[in-house]
Amino acid sequence: MLTGQKARELLQFSKCIQMETVRTIASIGVGHVGGALSIADVLAVLYGNQMRYRPECPDWDGRDWLVVSKGHAGPAVYAALALKGFFPMELLQTLNRLGTRLPSHCDHRLTPGIDITTGSLGQGASAAAGAALALQMDGKENRVFLILGDGELDEGQVWEMALFAAHWKLSNLIAFVDNNHLQIDGTTEEVCALGDITEKFRSFGWYAQSVDGHDVQAIDRAVDAAKAQAGRPSVIVLDTVKGHGWSAVAGKVGGHSRNISFADLKDALAEMQQALDAIGGETV
Amino acid sequence: MKVMKRFIDEQKDMRASYCEAMLELAERCPEVVALDADLAAAMGMKPFAERFPQRMIDCGIQEANMVGVACGMSAAGKIPFAHTFAPFLTRRACDQVFMSGAYARMNVKLVGSDPGITAQLNGGTHMPFEDMGIMRGIPEMTVVEPTDSVMLKALIPQLAEQYGMAYMRLVRKAVKRVYEEGTAFTIGKAVRVCEGYDVTVIASGFCVSEAAKAAGLLAKEGLSVRVLDMFTWKPLDEKAILEAARETGAIVTAENHNVLSGLGTAVASVLARKYPAPVEMVGVQDRFGEVGTLAELAEHFGLTAQHIAAAARRAVARKIGKEA
Repeated sequence: MLTGQKARELLQFSKCIQMETVRTIASIGVGHVGGALSIADVLAVLYGNQMRYRPECPDWDGRDWLVVSKGHAGPAVYAALALKGFFPMELLQTLNRLGTRLPSHCDHRLTPGIDITTGSLGQGASAAAGAALALQMDGKENRVFLILGDGELDEGQVWEMALFAAHWKLSNLIAFVDNNHLQIDGTTEEVCALGDITEKFRSFGWYAQSVDGHDVQAIDRAVDAAKAQAGRPSVIVLDTVKGHGWSAVAGKVGGHSRNISFADLKDALAEMQQALDAIGGETV
Repeated sequence: MKVMKRFIDEQKDMRASYCEAMLELAERCPEVVALDADLAAAMGMKPFAERFPQRMIDCGIQEANMVGVACGMSAAGKIPFAHTFAPFLTRRACDQVFMSGAYARMNVKLVGSDPGITAQLNGGTHMPFEDMGIMRGIPEMTVVEPTDSVMLKALIPQLAEQYGMAYMRLVRKAVKRVYEEGTAFTIGKAVRVCEGYDVTVIASGFCVSEAAKAAGLLAKEGLSVRVLDMFTWKPLDEKAILEAARETGAIVTAENHNVLSGLGTAVASVLARKYPAPVEMVGVQDRFGEVGTLAELAEHFGLTAQHIAAAARRAVARKIGKEA
């Protein structure tokens, strides 16, 4: 259970992730802003409270892994990593410039703190399960966290992995679904309806929870409950809004990848700053 | 001499040799794990599963997930050998091999069985004439086809020791034995199976023994034929190819694969860039597979010693400016 102060800290961290995310994307003028903003809160809970890691030693043996299978959310992850000191903040401004260490999609080879290369949807799921299996096989206590998109669940590979992880009892695997209800061509309901995601995973043998994906207290509690599971993998379905935190984009089709002009940036930052100020408590 | 004087039919299936090599490797290398997609038994991996039950991951019929899991295990320090039928490994899981594996610079050894016409009665759906080409088109991928059990046993530890992605296509059943026990092989270095000066046959897989047979047929006609075993398709032994072109002046390629994306095109590309010489290509001429026995299919697709000999005659004729 988070203290009030800790919860405020996580909210502030989440807001900072969002602000750095839009700044980062604005630096090149275009990018996957919607699905990056929608995972800021879960990233804040993971990097702010739940994951073990050492920014000065990204490949530390004892770390928990994070696989962002919806690899296009890279900018939000980079913002979180920079804010936690994995690399200098200035690096964020190199997003998608030729030769950068911060490409559109997460790349283990290029970015300190990225555990698995992702980008082709569905593939991070299997890689996360493989890493979890290898760690479990070696009797290690590291956990593997996995962030899937809801649209990504259209990929059959996710469900292959869902069977596999339950079969191998990968209790060190904790997945999230960023259920922001939108994919590129429309709502998930319109494009290829997903049905009850939580129930689907449950029927695959997973410990499945569903929470408000913008409530850091609820996410944190769900992760605690997932960590307490033995003998089965966990999934936490996060009910989120694509583009959360920036009303010009939030919940709108077309916010998957879009241009961000200087005026857009000013608008987004003003709104986020206001939200940050409203959190109250000491600033971190 | 490392090449057998007379090639013999091996008594043991290649899969049995594969399992033995994997057991030997796993004993001394704790990072090695084996993955399969419901074909572990068909691959003869039962002894491995019995000896290392924790290290045999049968994923069920999920090629894409298997490759992804192997890549994740690699990221966590394992050295996975992942097997299934070649078409499903290279066609179905191509994007997983590419992104989760090669692009991510993982260390996974992919083993695709029943290459080309060796799929026999499983027919066209299971008969990959494109697996090596698909894999060869992926940057930094090592691509090999062991000729017999001696070579197979030599390649497995080399693949494990060399960090990076690799694809090996592998016949499961017994093949012709070409090499003496204990012969050493180096990935990327072709083996000169027959010496000769009029024409060179650059062959792979069962076409190596067919090429040697063709060399015997042509010797009776007074043609001296060099046979190169090009078991590594990538990195290709350009030096051996160029030497052959310079010293014999005509080239035949012979493969159990579509020549369009196969050894023929690969060799021709080296020659076109560096030392143009006539090339004749024995192999599958951009066709789909069919059901049949190995002998029937070899005849049907033109992959026998006679076909290689005919191609060699054509190549030699072109050398002196005459179409055969």
